[in-house]
Amino acid sequence: MAEFEPVLTARWGNPDAASIDGYLETGGYQGLRKALDMEPDAVIEEVKASGLRGRGGAGFPTGTKWSFIPQNTGKPVYVTVNADESEPGTFNNRELLERDPHQLLEGAIICAYAVRCHTLFVYCRGEFVWPGTVLERAVAEAYDRGYLGEDIQGSGFDLDVMVHRGAGAYICGEETALLESLEGYRGQPRLRPPFPAVEGLYKSPTVINNVETLSCVPHVMDRGASWFASIGTEKSTGPGIFSISGKVERPGNYEAPMGTPARELIEMAGGIRGGKRLKAWTPGGSSTPYLTPEHLDTPMDFDSVQAAGSLLGTKAMIVLDETDCVVDATLRFTQFYAHESCGKCTPCREGTWWMERVLRRMEAGHGRTEDIDLMHDVGQNMLFKSFCALADGAVSPIDSSIKYFRDEYEEHVRLGRCPLKDEGRPRLEAASPRSGGTTGETAQELPEGRELSLGEVLA
Amino acid sequence: MTEAGHLRVPQWQTGQLAPVAAAREDVEGPVLTGDARRLAERTIAKYPVRRSALVPLLYLVQSEVGWVPRQGMREVAEILGLTTAEVEAVATFYTMLKLHPCGKYVVSICTNPSCALLGGRALYERAKEILGEQCEHITPDGMFTLEEEECLAACDKAPVLAVNYLFYDRVSQELLERMIEGIRAGHVPEAARGGVPGELKDVSRTLAGMGSQTPPQPDTVPAGEGEGGGAPGG
Ligand SMILES: Cc1cc2nc3c(=O)[nH]c(=O)nc-3n(C[C@H](O)[C@H](O)[C@H](O)COP(=O)(O)O)c2cc1C
Ligand code: FES
Repeated sequence: MAEFEPVLTARWGNPDAASIDGYLETGGYQGLRKALDMEPDAVIEEVKASGLRGRGGAGFPTGTKWSFIPQNTGKPVYVTVNADESEPGTFNNRELLERDPHQLLEGAIICAYAVRCHTLFVYCRGEFVWPGTVLERAVAEAYDRGYLGEDIQGSGFDLDVMVHRGAGAYICGEETALLESLEGYRGQPRLRPPFPAVEGLYKSPTVINNVETLSCVPHVMDRGASWFASIGTEKSTGPGIFSISGKVERPGNYEAPMGTPARELIEMAGGIRGGKRLKAWTPGGSSTPYLTPEHLDTPMDFDSVQAAGSLLGTKAMIVLDETDCVVDATLRFTQFYAHESCGKCTPCREGTWWMERVLRRMEAGHGRTEDIDLMHDVGQNMLFKSFCALADGAVSPIDSSIKYFRDEYEEHVRLGRCPLKDEGRPRLEAASPRSGGTTGETAQELPEGRELSLGEVLA
Repeated sequence: MTEAGHLRVPQWQTGQLAPVAAAREDVEGPVLTGDARRLAERTIAKYPVRRSALVPLLYLVQSEVGWVPRQGMREVAEILGLTTAEVEAVATFYTMLKLHPCGKYVVSICTNPSCALLGGRALYERAKEILGEQCEHITPDGMFTLEEEECLAACDKAPVLAVNYLFYDRVSQELLERMIEGIRAGHVPEAARGGVPGELKDVSRTLAGMGSQTPPQPDTVPAGEGEGGGAPGG
């Protein structure tokens, strides 16, 4: 990899960066200044030219999404920031919020300016009590300094921002469920079309973008579309933050150009823990099919990962080593989907429920060989049959584990127990070491959260 | 339908199954009075459409009562011009709205694979052992509710434990034991980020949007309410 200068995480080592002064001192709000000097449509063109694609999972081109917003419909335009991050294994939005909230805000303001929105909502995951508070403080500072409110920096552009807290539901990260939730309903996805760009929040044109996507935007405006497009690959431009967790030496968020090979990323994270052998990994959270050691040279961009039979998703690599049971991990993921299915669509609600039971039976050693094909079959009846992609995500770990680790399922049946556990109990593992340094080549030690010491906790 | 014993108990399912039976418990009203009523109106005014304030108002109820009883749902319904059933439909959807009396401290332990691979499940089992049979509902001393949590988006710090949704990184069994002892004795340790967690009521107030200073309100916030009570500090 050529010299890569961290972009999105550049301020992460600086504890002052979360304050507006710290942000301004390090070049903050320069992108916004440039944007406000341009026509809104020109901002959209610039973002289009950068090739930026959504980081929330689907990889939709961001500038194109903004250009779909119809103007002069007589209705207000809304922008909603998706800060509901809950895809298992994904944790870069949280750190972006905690360490550099103004970067997100700046991107969001630029987006609002481009699509002529005057009321912006941040839908913040409920469990993010602290990240949400950091963001709220940033919003208050931005009002105070004239980056929000009326006549932003003398441009005549007005924008109000509100942070709305979720209440614990993975599905509310799905964009239409998010809108339902924000409107005060159960967070259940809507049938599309109409797409949110036409009928979104309160039936008005709405842009929904992920935290990392919007965090890229100030840099696109500040340094230009062609600079942004020169990073990464032709069709997956820019830098990306890869969340790496599970059995690696230094789990953490690592920023690297899009298209960096998986092998390099795992090496950045210190390699497989304890010198063990890699067994399986997800490229983009639990909703993306597992890949195996033979896929390690896959460049982590949207197209290459798809060509390898999976999806880039949220760029969250969950790493399992040779001592981890794939059936067990798949069972736990499936429990997640069964719990998080909103219940609206039958294939998802029933499918995840039954899959969990079959997998539980399998892991407990009561499985039958036919169960393997049964699960594949149920999966086929779940795929692409629901309003949203939750069910498709639920099928990913199951189908891909059957594809690559069929023998492990068969071993469970043959032995009548999990071959990798002692007496059916999960082995005790030590906690992970300090998390990783995050910033690619120039990997630096980041200020960590407080380590709680035993001595300090009252004995 | 009969089924094999090993299928009957959802092994790694959270206490979230319990509330259904418990939802019949209730409290005497009114629960939203005086200040809380005014805060409710102010919250509603922040949104273009009143109904958007539904979840924030339920958090407000939780910040008054410590959980969301039917009486609270009735009052919220009345304020927003909805039926109680409409409010209940929403309240039952979200796991952070507690439909039964909860401990002052909700302890959530992540058992999603990235944490489970590094001891999250064992940590959960240990917590259950320490806190006793009823802990997934409420411990007899009213201090704790234990919940099995899905991925908390902090997998690099596995296994993750949260007290009222402030996170503690890389929690060992020993640390867990000491933490619980400490909290019981009135010493809540400072979280990895965000300071010392307040009680569930305090955190609910922050979640209701009371920690939010935006958009800036011309009328001043009553003393002590600007930063969401005791939580989070830092
Ligand atoms: C079940 C489900 C959960 C999702 N959760 C999130 C999430 O937590 N955060 C997010 O940004 N996108 C999430 N998405 C994707 C959103 O629907 C949407 O594509 C995204 O927010 C668009 O932003 P982007 O174009 O910037 O990526 C989820 C999708 C599905 C199907
Ligand atoms: S798996 Fe526990 S925080 Fe992500």
